[in-house]
Amino acid sequence: MSLLDALARMEAVACGRARPVATVRHRHLAEHPLVLVPLTTAGENGAPLGVMLGTEPSAPTILTVAQPRDRDLRFAFLGRLAEAVLPHLESCQDEVELVERKETDPESGKRVTVETELCTDAPQLLVPTGPGVDFVRLLGRSTRFRRTAEEDPESEHPAPPRLPLLGRWLSHYGERARVPGSSLLLSMTGLLTRHWATGQSQLEDQHLGALLAWLAPPEGATGAEAALRAELGRDGRGRLLVPPAGPATDPAFDNELLAPALTRYDRGVPGAEEEVHELVATQLRPTWEAMWEGAGMLRTLPEAEHVPDRWRRDRQSYTHHRDRLRAAEPPQPRKDDAVTAARKLAMREQRQAELEAQEALDDPLVMAVRRLAGEAFFAEVLEVEMAYSQGKRPSPRPLVTVHTQDAPLLTDGDKLHRRLPEGGQQRAELVEMAGPGELVLRLVNGMGRAKEPAPGTVPRKGDLVCWTLFEHAPRGGPGLPEPEETPWTHGGPPGERSAERPDPVTSEDVL
Amino acid sequence: MTPSLPKQTPPSGAPEPSGASGTSSGPGASGPAAQGAPPAPAPAGASPRRLAELRGGPDVPHKHLDARALAALAANPGCRRRALLDGAGVDKSAVAQALGSPAPFGQSQFALVRGNAFEARVKADGGEVLLALLCEQVGEARPEPAQVVVPDLTADGPAGRVERTRLALAEVPEGRWALLDHPWLSLRVAGSTAYLEPDALAVHPDGSLSIIEIKSFPILDGAADTVKAGAAARQSAVYALALENQPRAVRESALLVCPKDFSNLPAAGLLPLRKQIAATRRQLRRLTRLEEIAAELPDGLHFAPTQEPEELAAAVESVPATYAPECLSTCELAFHCRQRARDAGSVVALGRSVRGELGGLATVPDVLAAASGDPDSAASRDPAAALLRRAAALRAEALEDAAARGRAREASETGAVRDAEVG
Repeated sequence: MSLLDALARMEAVACGRARPVATVRHRHLAEHPLVLVPLTTAGENGAPLGVMLGTEPSAPTILTVAQPRDRDLRFAFLGRLAEAVLPHLESCQDEVELVERKETDPESGKRVTVETELCTDAPQLLVPTGPGVDFVRLLGRSTRFRRTAEEDPESEHPAPPRLPLLGRWLSHYGERARVPGSSLLLSMTGLLTRHWATGQSQLEDQHLGALLAWLAPPEGATGAEAALRAELGRDGRGRLLVPPAGPATDPAFDNELLAPALTRYDRGVPGAEEEVHELVATQLRPTWEAMWEGAGMLRTLPEAEHVPDRWRRDRQSYTHHRDRLRAAEPPQPRKDDAVTAARKLAMREQRQAELEAQEALDDPLVMAVRRLAGEAFFAEVLEVEMAYSQGKRPSPRPLVTVHTQDAPLLTDGDKLHRRLPEGGQQRAELVEMAGPGELVLRLVNGMGRAKEPAPGTVPRKGDLVCWTLFEHAPRGGPGLPEPEETPWTHGGPPGERSAERPDPVTSEDVL
Repeated sequence: MTPSLPKQTPPSGAPEPSGASGTSSGPGASGPAAQGAPPAPAPAGASPRRLAELRGGPDVPHKHLDARALAALAANPGCRRRALLDGAGVDKSAVAQALGSPAPFGQSQFALVRGNAFEARVKADGGEVLLALLCEQVGEARPEPAQVVVPDLTADGPAGRVERTRLALAEVPEGRWALLDHPWLSLRVAGSTAYLEPDALAVHPDGSLSIIEIKSFPILDGAADTVKAGAAARQSAVYALALENQPRAVRESALLVCPKDFSNLPAAGLLPLRKQIAATRRQLRRLTRLEEIAAELPDGLHFAPTQEPEELAAAVESVPATYAPECLSTCELAFHCRQRARDAGSVVALGRSVRGELGGLATVPDVLAAASGDPDSAASRDPAAALLRRAAALRAEALEDAAARGRAREASETGAVRDAEVG
């Protein structure tokens, strides 16, 4: 945790409510996100208990499983889930814009410009917590290899028709959520903690109810008091006042209420199915409301400048997946081959560096963290002296003397970056430390091709300029080989990809 | 519940405590402490009598340390409160309940049922499945089921079961496989005996031992949850430490058996233990010895949950705690300690990592005073104060900047509305 974030937490402790750690919204928030609140059955991997979903706070759909261990009921539930979620996930497939993209021509090896489709929007999925994101990934993994009756007529337990498709979409969203700065699938706790600091630890912030208690404590209560009530408060029947945001349920709820209801269902008691449904719904509703409350808070922040750029990448990712589905490619493999895995990692590292730079540029409060760390500084221009490079065609290399009150960690020759008023960026080098806080910089690019610098590209005396030690658009490392050229050290070429087999069925899954 | 005292302890002249559970209660303790003299820090650890006193008398049930508690204790070795209460066998969850901050721990019966069903399934057929998984992982030939020794480990009381396990391990003939189902091990920790019950132990034909841990979280596509696998490794490391006082060598990797993917079929993997053993050993040695902590407590002080809440709170307060938010998931008293830490304004309540750049400033008011640059405050003279003042200034500047931009935006929006109305 940075010192500034720690300070914000202490301010929150002192004033009894959350304090901002961002002044703009750093993630895309769709006008109508699909909010998904899942619950699972304890002890079983990926056995859903119920879900509440919808794009409007007033119109949720509640789906539940009356007996989570019954395979047929589970499939019926997942089939209904697919019918509820897929229309949203497929809603942006057909509205496209044409964009130009550089591509290497496979025959000539030249870079050519091709026109491709890009969906103008992409559906967004919001879940309550980090484990909720994992659960989306797990649901995708557990359903994408299933076979429908059409694919495998012999199967004793065929999957509902659109379930494997849902699995592939959820797998894609789950995988995309690992990319720093992506916004296709986000957790509410992640979103809120990015923008506000509470007076509790990061660990406690994972509890959505406690987090919201700090953000909007009720009249007359401090955040800490409200959060404690959200964590531990129980009603007369021993139920938590604020049930966990899932996907795990409260063990006391399982033992005292759910287990007897399931037993009644197993015995065939009339009305037991509705009872289970209503019980699960009581655990879902508070989280559902919390989700929309959180979304409303996020909307009070203006969107950061670079968010549309990053959202464009999410749209690209969505469009690519649409294309793979349309090309009838097999489902995502269980494990990536070596080159794909290395590419994904390299891409995520690059996105992380980019995200850090963009958030700092968009938000003075994030830039303050970098300034305190000596990775950026504000400086006033004291003097500008024109100079030229030594070469056949001398180019402008003005020397700019600046004064800063920040404490950047610099040595001679270090590269510095700044944003130009007209957009674009400019690089400079540190020539010398002239005195305490006084630096002489040499501008090295961003001034046009002419002998005289383009107007507005050289700061003037008295200007206040923010310089960073980090690049604004960091580049990734060198390219990686094609999968068929995987070196033997990494297992060699993966060979022909065969369709993966579905997971085996075990007798114990059936009640 | 059974007391931790081994039956062999020579009886002393002191009156015997009436055991809570007749069959296995051992008599009280060694001489001096029992005579009411100040407890001498004996190398053998705190006397069982002293520990019983701390629990609130011989009638208060003794809660044994288990491997999970030991692993959690090793994760926060500086906490004297936890070391003492766990070591003395105090039922912390009853204490937390009495203090009004009950621990929200519990296990869902669904998880319990499923976990037990899985373990029973894996251990069915005399452990054939388990040994097959083990052989597959370590690359040894599978034994014929008839060739595997499966000793009976039933015995009375923890000490008896530990002894029975020891004998069973010694009796395995050379060159044979053996599988011990739920053996009992003992380990002396900070002057108290902990009894441990691994899921299973396997004896290889070469005479070495493998620890087997059966867990109910899945191995999905060959990978398990790192946090849960890490906890299983720490737990196994505790077993490995407990196995050090017997002649057989313990293999450096434990076998982790979990459900495969979404099924109830077993999948296995090897858990390397070397680092975990070294780390756990070091942490357990760092635990302040119980008798040292106990010696600092006034006579007559005890932790029986039945006493008046104020007295109990005072008793708990007399042993210093080292609270960190990580405690919330492992210690029953964590919510009580958290409240105390918050009341005291401790910065660690916000996370251990917060402390890093705060120098000697340990409370929130001190940090805020130092950050505000209040010259009258002692906190402002802390070496960390300059950095804090700078951080506070940067934060205020950025917030002011953002507020100004917000006002500008609002103004332009209302301006646009006015223009629209005019137009």
